[in-house]
Amino acid sequence: MNKPLRRIAIFCGVLIFALLVRTNYLQYVKADELNTRDENRRVRIERYAHERGNIIVDGGKSVTGSAETKDSDFKYKRVWKDGPMWAPVTGYSSQAFGATQLESIEDGILTGNDDQLFFNRTMSMFTGKEKQGGNIVTTLNSAAQKAAFDGLGNRKGAVAALDPETGAILALASTPSYDPSTFAGNNKADTKAWQSLLKDKDKPMLNRALRETYPPGSTFKVVTAAAALENGLYTDIDEDTKSPLPWRLPQTSQNLDNEGNIPCKDASLRKALRYSCNSVFGKISDDLGNQKMIDEANKFGFNEEIFTPVRTDASVYPKDNRPQNAMAGIGQASNRATPLQMAMVAAAVANDGKLMQPYMVAQRQAPSLDVIYSHEKEELSRPLSPENAQKLQEMMKTVVESGTGQNAKIDGVTVGGKTGTAQHGLNNSEKPYAWFISYAKTDSGSPVAVAVVVEDGEANRDDISGGGLAAPIAKAVMKAVIDSKK
Amino acid sequence: MSVVTNTTTIGAIDAPSRRNTELMMMVFAIAVSVFAYANVGLAIDGTLPSGMFGYGLGLVLLGGVAHLVVRKFAPYADPLLLPLATLLNGLGLVLIWRLDQSPKLIRDAKNLYGVFTPSAPRQLMYSAIGVALFVGVLMLLKDHRILQRYTYISMVGALILLILPMFFPAKFGAKIWINIAGFSIQPGEFAKIIIAIFFAGYLMVKRDALALASRRFMGLYLPRGRDLGPILVIWVLSILILVFETDLGTSLLFFGLFVIMLYVATERTSWIVFGLLMSAAGAVGVSTFESHVQQRVTAWMDPFACYQTDGACEQIGNAIMSFGSGGTLGTGWGQGHSDLIGFAANADFILSTVGEELGLAGMMAVLLIYGLIVERGVRTALAARDPFGKLLAIGLSGAFAIQVFVVAGGVMGLIPLTGMTMPFLAAGGSSVIANWALIGILIRISDTARRPAPAPAPTSDAEMTQVVRP
Repeated sequence: MNKPLRRIAIFCGVLIFALLVRTNYLQYVKADELNTRDENRRVRIERYAHERGNIIVDGGKSVTGSAETKDSDFKYKRVWKDGPMWAPVTGYSSQAFGATQLESIEDGILTGNDDQLFFNRTMSMFTGKEKQGGNIVTTLNSAAQKAAFDGLGNRKGAVAALDPETGAILALASTPSYDPSTFAGNNKADTKAWQSLLKDKDKPMLNRALRETYPPGSTFKVVTAAAALENGLYTDIDEDTKSPLPWRLPQTSQNLDNEGNIPCKDASLRKALRYSCNSVFGKISDDLGNQKMIDEANKFGFNEEIFTPVRTDASVYPKDNRPQNAMAGIGQASNRATPLQMAMVAAAVANDGKLMQPYMVAQRQAPSLDVIYSHEKEELSRPLSPENAQKLQEMMKTVVESGTGQNAKIDGVTVGGKTGTAQHGLNNSEKPYAWFISYAKTDSGSPVAVAVVVEDGEANRDDISGGGLAAPIAKAVMKAVIDSKK
Repeated sequence: MSVVTNTTTIGAIDAPSRRNTELMMMVFAIAVSVFAYANVGLAIDGTLPSGMFGYGLGLVLLGGVAHLVVRKFAPYADPLLLPLATLLNGLGLVLIWRLDQSPKLIRDAKNLYGVFTPSAPRQLMYSAIGVALFVGVLMLLKDHRILQRYTYISMVGALILLILPMFFPAKFGAKIWINIAGFSIQPGEFAKIIIAIFFAGYLMVKRDALALASRRFMGLYLPRGRDLGPILVIWVLSILILVFETDLGTSLLFFGLFVIMLYVATERTSWIVFGLLMSAAGAVGVSTFESHVQQRVTAWMDPFACYQTDGACEQIGNAIMSFGSGGTLGTGWGQGHSDLIGFAANADFILSTVGEELGLAGMMAVLLIYGLIVERGVRTALAARDPFGKLLAIGLSGAFAIQVFVVAGGVMGLIPLTGMTMPFLAAGGSSVIANWALIGILIRISDTARRPAPAPAPTSDAEMTQVVRP
């Protein structure tokens, strides 16, 4: 019986050998592929196994943190301080629902997995320190952010504030907002919070400051005025423009009306901006033509997405026919802008015609707090010559001193601004948007330019709504920035 | 007297008993397990686990008693079988204890049953019962040939064991458990030993008839119905029962056992051909009407295809990723995520934890330990002097090898998953107890095989020839 026994021994050996080959195949040949599969939860477990780096404002104050979770194999989850206020800046980072905005873009630094941190990681491997994430230092000013968020209150709207001289974003508020902490984990409560946010008709997770475009309304007249000056249509802001009243929209049988009975016939540029004359600026836009208006709008940043590094929707100055182009010149028709874009317009004027690249990441820090990236200010374009910029500043100053924007006056500070009430909806059936863009100027330059939009403007009158609803918010933001610089 | 040498590989009949070798190996096996405990505790909590001395002491007691009993009752037994089984049992205890510490498994259990009961203490108790059975086998079974008397009783016993689970509710889709007073027994594990006894007893008697009195049919030698009939009937019956209980792993095991023993008994290669044809036919047949089987085949073909959709292959997909993330050296005890597999992590899928935490190196070591046990079993069969012993030893070690292959191959995605337990490693009372009994029988056979032959009785023939001088 021994011959078959030996054969069975060989057979058993073959069985064990097959297992040995298979384990070598799985654990040596295929190991890398298996380790990087999407289905492999270990990747995410590892991701949440360490404390995430923080997002920092005011040059040192952290608005984020990490909390240990008890009910999950993901050890840490993200928490935010003043979540609703900072959500438009940070975005969210959830174990179950992914991440957006800064949390997503700077994920490599925050988790500590970025290649730039390779040296750091290697060092801590030798020193036995636990892996840590790096920090993102933003340009945000918490006083300005708070002023913007509180100013909007429970109304729908957004605020964007910039430092005109550097392009640093100082405030970025959007209401209604959400608290990203409510769905940062991955249990049932998180899912519920997430789903109710998705279902909310007010779209709290929409970042209105960067991702919503509104008709800019009369605030766009600043761009139209800039186009008039840059193209030499008018050189003196106090000379009479040849503007008839009523002025008929070209190629139509309809007049472009002004809001109320305001002195717009042959009004100078200064006066036209002060009273917000539709007839004057509509005519300027028509006189210059579509292409010249597009060119000037583009210099201010229209028609292109802007990366701060968070992506900002492209604002639109459209290619259009004559009557539509005239309407676009006063910020109506299919002319649309994000609040950040309009803040850039005010900033370019305040910075003597130089438009700086807006940014919100000032520094990236390694876990050891070594700075591995520092933003250098960068010029985006020059929409205005310095002389024309100063002329426009004069005009905007008049608006605040004696025009529609008097609610933005700050004692001891020069403020220039422009109000706007943008109609929207079919036949203007919906509530108009109240706009205000402005900048402040002190002896040492211009520290802040701001754009405010409030979605539910109450009255249908251009001057009162923009000036009444949005201007006080802009004032509060500007004052917060100036006070914090003192 | 001259030294009589044996023709088999186990060596000279006057070979030393090797009890001290066995003792050394036992010390080594227990030390490895205790160090493994320390390792898990240090990795998870940073301190030596409080249970370490308890479990260590338990292992020392079990191993010590087993060794002493072997020394007393089977002094010539193979010195490797017991230490290898002890090592696997010890490592299994550590693996189960390690999975008991998994927060995920604790959470899952609390969600499902409202309470979490650790498996390691129960496993230690089952190991103790297993060793007690091992001791019982060695003390009561003075000679394995006694089992021959119980050929037909064991046939009836095996059938009863196999039929019983039909009267108990199914668990996890298979009717393979008997629940008595809170204890659940998997009779399949015991039936595998008992059916091997029946096959060995029956084939020993009929092997000549089966091998020689056959008719040639289509190039194959088919034995007469009256010789093959009874065994074929029992075998088909048990396979059918298992198929209806959807215990596919065990039916495959029985099939392999039958073919191996028939081949060894008759020495006819045609049985292998015949067996392969029948198993192919059986596999195709079963998979056409069992959706359970079809699911497993699909999951085996592509473990990740149905991962997102219905989760039917989530377990096997997770197991394969466990092996992958272990890599060459593994993550280290207590530092892997094999608990992602879920409730079966410490039973059917315990090998994934070995793969992930001990890596390729640990897997090869564990597989080679299994290989060594099988190889010692086959050597015992070669050394055995009686055909019943040979058949029983080869049957038991063949069954062991097939079980290891089917489970490990299933978990690693080499063959479709069938659901059996890794001998000694996996949590589960029946499996540990039955396998200790299996090792006990193998040790008894090897003791008989290696025992020095009794000195031949003096006969007149052997006396000096007297020269008669005229």
